[in-house]
Amino acid sequence: MAVKVRIPTPLQKLTEGKEEVEASAGTVIDMIKDLDARYAGISERITDGGKVRRFVNIYINEEDIRFLQGELTPVKDGDIVSIVPAIAGGRI
Amino acid sequence: MGFVEGLKCRECGREYKVDPIYVCEFCFGPLEAVYDYKKIKKSLNRKKILQREKNLWRYKELLPIDGEPQVGLNSGFTPLVETKNLARELGVKTLYVKDDTVVHPTLSFKDRVVAVALTKAKEFGFDTVACASTGNLAHSVSAHGAKAGLKRFIFIPATLEASKITAALIYEPNLIAVDGNYDDVNRLCSEIANKYKWAFVNINIRPFYAEGSKTLGFEIVEQLGWNAPDNVVVPCASGSLLTKVWKSFKEFHEIGVIKKLETKVFAAQAQGCNPIAAALKSHTDVIRPMKPNTIAKSLAIGNPADGYYAVKVVQETGGCGEEVTDQEIIDGIKLLARTEGIFAETAGGVTVAVTKKLIENGCIGKNDTTVICVTGNGLKTQEALNGQMLKAHYIPPNMESFEEVLSNIK
Repeated sequence: MAVKVRIPTPLQKLTEGKEEVEASAGTVIDMIKDLDARYAGISERITDGGKVRRFVNIYINEEDIRFLQGELTPVKDGDIVSIVPAIAGGRI
Repeated sequence: MGFVEGLKCRECGREYKVDPIYVCEFCFGPLEAVYDYKKIKKSLNRKKILQREKNLWRYKELLPIDGEPQVGLNSGFTPLVETKNLARELGVKTLYVKDDTVVHPTLSFKDRVVAVALTKAKEFGFDTVACASTGNLAHSVSAHGAKAGLKRFIFIPATLEASKITAALIYEPNLIAVDGNYDDVNRLCSEIANKYKWAFVNINIRPFYAEGSKTLGFEIVEQLGWNAPDNVVVPCASGSLLTKVWKSFKEFHEIGVIKKLETKVFAAQAQGCNPIAAALKSHTDVIRPMKPNTIAKSLAIGNPADGYYAVKVVQETGGCGEEVTDQEIIDGIKLLARTEGIFAETAGGVTVAVTKKLIENGCIGKNDTTVICVTGNGLKTQEALNGQMLKAHYIPPNMESFEEVLSNIK
C-alpha cells in the first residue's frame, strides 16, 4: 500500500493523464520529492524553495496541511492526499 | 489606445498577454494587469481628469480597457460626505464617508467593477456574462448586462432572501439558484467557466473586474482636493477592494497626481467571518479559512482569495485589522443613519462599527483625516434590522390621538 495522491487537471500533463497516482510515505515534502522522481517537473510547479506555493493547497484526508505541520506533516500509507490549486477551480 | 502591457503573475512574475485568463498556469498564482505608467504619466493629469464627465471612467487610462468605455457610463463618482455629526459622536475632528450606497444603477460598489468587467468582456467578444453571487454582484451584472445587451447567467445560493432574488430577477437574467452555500456555487461556477466560453466576471475576467475597485480610491483622492487621507477603513470579503484602494493611491502617487502618500489602511470584518482580521491580529500572513456565520452576508467569504495580499497591505502601511459582533454591526448601521442620514447595508455597519473601535483603541488618531468606505445600500439588507428598530406610532385618524402621541414625544 502507498499514499494515494489526487492530481488536479493542470498537472495531469505531467502524470500521463492520470487523476490519481501513488507516492511513498514520509513527510509532505518527502512525498513531493518522490512524486517528482516518478513524474519529473511536478515539484517545481507546486513548491518553491522547499515550501508549498502560496496558491497551492495540499490536503491530507481533507485537512489542509497549513493547519497540521505544513511541509513536515507526516503522510502515512493509505492516506489520501489532494493537490488543489486555490483559485483555479475545484476548491474544497 | 490602451495602457495595459499584459498580465503578470503576482507570485512568480510570469507574463501573459491580455486574455480572459486569471491564474498562472505555472504556479497557480493570480494574474494582475500591468500598466505602462510612464506613458500614463504623460497622458493623464489632474486638469484632464477635471474636464471629464463625473463617472468612474474619468480615470480610464488607469483601467484595463483598450477601447472606449462601453458599460457603466453613469456609474461611480459617488459623494464623499464630510460626516461632522458622526465625527462629533465618535470624538474625532475629520471623518468622511465614501458613500457607495448610491452607485448607479444598483446601489453598491459592485457597479464599478462590473462596469469595467463588462466593457472588457465586450472587447474580448463575449456575448454571455456570468457570475456567482450572494446579492450585490448578481444585481449589478443583471442590470449592467441588460443595458449592454448581453446574455446573463447569474448563479446564487438557493437560500438567498426573496428581496435579493427580486432585485436580480427584475432585469430578466437567467437566474440559477443552486442548492448549496456560496462556496458550493463558486465551485460549480469554476467548473462551468472551464467548459463554456462565457465571461464570468469574478472568475476568468477577474484581473480586469478587480481593477474597477480602484476608481473608489481615485475618487477619494480627487474629492479630498488631491490628497490621500491619513487613514482609510475598508470592509473585507475577498480582500480585493482593500488591495485595490491602496493600489489606486499608489498609482496616483506614481504618475504624480499626488506628491505625498502616508495613508494607513485598515481592514474591517465581522466577528462571524474574520479570517483577514484574525491573521492581522496574530501577526501572521497565513489565512485560516473558516465557515462564516454573520449577518454581514456580503462580507461572508470564509476563504478570501486576496486575503494574503490584503494582510500585506495593512501591515505595510501600518494599519490594523478589527472585527465587530452582529449587534455592533446593527448599532453601526443605526448610528450612521441617525447621525448622517445614510442607510448602509450590513457591510457598512461593519465599517462604521470597526471605525468606532479603532478610534476608541487609539489606532485612529483624533486629529487625523479618516475616510470610511460604505459600499452598499441598506435597502438591500433590511431583514437584518428586524426587531432592532424604533416602532411607528399607530393612531386612528383624529387630532386627539395624534396629540396624545405628541405629548409622549421628547
